[in-house]
Amino acid sequence: MSKQQASRPLSPHLQVYKPQITSVSSILHRITGLLLSAFSLLWVSWLLAVYSSATTYDSFRQLLQSWPGKLLLLLAGWALFYHLMTGIRHMIWDSVHMLELDSAKRSGWVIVIGSLLLTGLAAGIWL
Amino acid sequence: MSRPHVNTRSALAKARNHGAAGSGVTHWWRMKISSLLLLVLTIWLLFAFQAMSQADFSAAREFLAAPWNTCMALLFSWTLFYHAQLGLQVVIEDYIHSTWLATTFTIGLRLLALLLATLCSVLILQVALNPSAAGV
Repeated sequence: MSKQQASRPLSPHLQVYKPQITSVSSILHRITGLLLSAFSLLWVSWLLAVYSSATTYDSFRQLLQSWPGKLLLLLAGWALFYHLMTGIRHMIWDSVHMLELDSAKRSGWVIVIGSLLLTGLAAGIWL
Repeated sequence: MSRPHVNTRSALAKARNHGAAGSGVTHWWRMKISSLLLLVLTIWLLFAFQAMSQADFSAAREFLAAPWNTCMALLFSWTLFYHAQLGLQVVIEDYIHSTWLATTFTIGLRLLALLLATLCSVLILQVALNPSAAGV
């Protein structure tokens, strides 16, 4: 086997690609989707707290107001805003718009920065 | 005398609009419609979050018992778990290559989503029908 042949990548595995805004913003849509599926349990627990008793409700509130609770809400908020924005982008893409590399890169950055700004705004209002 | 059943539809006619998944664009449509619904319901969720930021137990129950909020909370619960189940199904299909294992996980996932959506509905209705008294 020649030296050139040996150093050739066998197939385009994920780890040989340089992370780019297009690929990162794409996989983050799936990751935030997984996160939000888990965070759906926050909604269930809130309903359970409202259903059960004032004591349970108060301790649930205290849990969310502690710093790990706030961190959880912050992550949930970012995942929600991010997934919402990439979801809208998927709709736009499905209508065959903004598919050019330039606009795909631009919308990726808009979503990453926009979702962080929205999370900061929400944190400023509620946390 | 019985004759063997002959399907007169051409191979193309049978395959058309069904794609590789075998069920055409059904899943795609469900995903899009439920996401649009969730987009609207998320606006309500933020509104509810604002209303709940200072609310104590009785205020929270009163909020949930208002007909419009009961309605939105029910719709949100159903759409949330419906959409989550559709999305997680795709993740299962992408990463689990054994067909029977993927099918088992998908069925389990759907049952779990159904259970959680039902639980949410019962909790919401219990509070809505009796806002002044605590459940447990």
